[in-house]
Amino acid sequence: MNDSKDTVKRRVALKVLATTLGAGAFATALAPIQQFTDSTNVQEWLQKHYRELSSREIREVLARLEAETKQKYGREVTIQDIRPQAGVQFAYALNLSLCIGCRRCVEACHKENNHDRASHNAYIRVLEMEQGSMDMERGRADYDHPVRADDKFYLPVQCQQCENPPCTKVCPVEATWQEPDGIVVVDYNWCIGCRYCEAACPYHARRFNWRKPEIPAAEINPNQSYLSNRIRPQGVVEKCTFCLHKTRQGQLPACLEACPTGARVFGNILDESSSIRWVLENKRVYVLKEELGTKPRFFYFFDK
Amino acid sequence: MVSLPRGAPAPHARRRPRAATLTWSAPFALAFAVGACGNRDARERIFAPPTEAATGDAALHAVTIHQPRWLEAISTRETDALGRPVEVRCETCHSTQQLALPTGTANLRGPHAAMHFEHGSNQCASCHDPAHYNRLRLATGESIAMTAAMQLCAQCHGPQARDYQHGAHGGMSGYWDLRRGPQIRNHCADCHDPHAPRFPQFSPAPPPRDLPAAHRASGASHE
Ligand code: HEC
Ligand code: HEC
Ligand code: HEC
Ligand code: HEC
Repeated sequence: MNDSKDTVKRRVALKVLATTLGAGAFATALAPIQQFTDSTNVQEWLQKHYRELSSREIREVLARLEAETKQKYGREVTIQDIRPQAGVQFAYALNLSLCIGCRRCVEACHKENNHDRASHNAYIRVLEMEQGSMDMERGRADYDHPVRADDKFYLPVQCQQCENPPCTKVCPVEATWQEPDGIVVVDYNWCIGCRYCEAACPYHARRFNWRKPEIPAAEINPNQSYLSNRIRPQGVVEKCTFCLHKTRQGQLPACLEACPTGARVFGNILDESSSIRWVLENKRVYVLKEELGTKPRFFYFFDK
Repeated sequence: MVSLPRGAPAPHARRRPRAATLTWSAPFALAFAVGACGNRDARERIFAPPTEAATGDAALHAVTIHQPRWLEAISTRETDALGRPVEVRCETCHSTQQLALPTGTANLRGPHAAMHFEHGSNQCASCHDPAHYNRLRLATGESIAMTAAMQLCAQCHGPQARDYQHGAHGGMSGYWDLRRGPQIRNHCADCHDPHAPRFPQFSPAPPPRDLPAAHRASGASHE
């Protein structure tokens, strides 16, 4: 495991690689995709970058993906293209005095986002921490005893949707970027699976699909979107999107709704009357690894 | 502060909220409207598609507070023919006569015999109205309905009540954007038993399986 200093060095190195080597790095980065050619079709290869598609082309892509899901997974799903709302900047805050480490948020994420059942993947890791330390690298994710345990606190970590995201900068093909509402997304059809972004993330918040995700048809969440919870192909990187298929339609993210302790606060920071704004203005909030200058949009606080 | 419209439809809750109107006196400035179910006219009026001109408060959906059923009824161990727990309302057994409130749980008999009490230095009469079994009493002497129990909690737990009012304690579900849909907030008693309010311990959901073996002891997912 890297300590944060090493992560920074590595990130800088990778960035240099990506920009100076240009085409060379690109070719190396393409290598992993060779293994997955049987699961990609020609149309998919020819698909332009998501951000360049016209609305008619997007409709065609979505229809194709829906048909593919039906064929591969035996389930009718709706894959929407949901754009950021004007006047909305998302932020998340988590009350560490309330969180008891029960992992209900992890379960909810697993289901909502159509994660592979076998690996039990999810975008949230809950770290069991010793009192007095906010160093996430020292947290344990594998605890398995009744919670909250005495003298411990629990630190759920997911994508921090950094304002200054190190992950998007190292992508050799611009398959990951930050949207105007602050959410960092991945175009899974554009991602080449080089995993530079995964290495660059100081919060270990990105995941790689080693296998084709397997989910029984009945368990698939059919309410999907292109940039978030549609079933990802094998060989691409994925991450928390603040459930943009819900939140961009005004709903609360799945992890928040599942929290039995009420520790999670979500909303639009541009709205002065929002809960998130109140927390940022009235609680002493922390961000993880502040020294890296990533400027997370994910905040932590204690009651006292 | 937002002021929310009345008569918006009850959102579909995980647990069906009971229709009731909570009136909040200070310290709760936020007016919570609880859904009046089945009022079709009101529903149609409020749900006219929001136009540019109607994005003010009038277009906002309701924030409702979930009403735990046990506030006005106790559950028996019985289940009905459909397997649902049988609940008995307080007034089924209690008329509203004068109460000789016990000072502890020791002499509680009958259906309440198993009650556990551990709530600071409180006395039974700190909360129960000695004149009515099915009502509570504020420190001011004012008698309030069981369903208004949050007002009672708020008078002794200011910081949590304030945080709750701002959405930072107690949790919610539904919509963050009230222009687009309703929000359901939990009741203090959904999470804290008024007699033994300490939040219970949970068995956690299973630990992650995708941690590389070498890093079991940490949160890192790197090779
Ligand atoms: C199934 C019948 C039943 C129901 C329903 C019931 N109670 Fe009771 N309750 C009793 C009995 C029996 C006693 C004991 C009376 C005694 O000890 O003399 C009692 C005692 C009490 C007491 C203690 C005061 C006293 O007279 O000893 C309180 C307070 C009380 N009940 C409140 C409630 C409330 C509030 C509800 C609804 C949430 C409720 N009860 C529902 C049967 C019931
Ligand atoms: C902090 C306020 C508070 C205090 C103190 C309190 N109660 Fe209650 N009590 C409630 C509320 C609220 C309800 C209804 C919700 C419920 O049943 O949990 C209730 C319900 C009851 C009930 C009926 C339902 C049940 O939970 O069994 C009984 C009996 C009862 N109280 C007895 C007592 C006795 C005896 C004491 C003193 C040892 C006491 N209460 C102290 C708030 C309080
Ligand atoms: C008359 C005052 C009073 C009322 C009313 C009251 N409480 Fe309390 N509460 C206390 C006191 C005193 C304590 C103990 C504080 C301590 O130990 O530091 C306490 C403790 C608590 C705790 C912490 C328990 C623990 O062991 O960690 C919770 C949670 C709580 N109350 C919730 C509630 C809720 C919910 C209600 C409404 C049903 C309520 N209280 C009503 C006075 C009150
Ligand atoms: C979604 C569940 C939930 C709801 C609803 C909720 N709380 Fe809590 N509350 C918690 C949790 C979790 C804790 C932290 C428990 C712990 O420290 O182990 C807590 C802690 C508390 C404490 C104790 C703080 C301390 O210092 O120990 C009080 C008092 C309290 N809540 C009062 C309230 C009141 C009053 C309401 C209603 C306005 C309320 N709660 C609603 C989950 C809830």
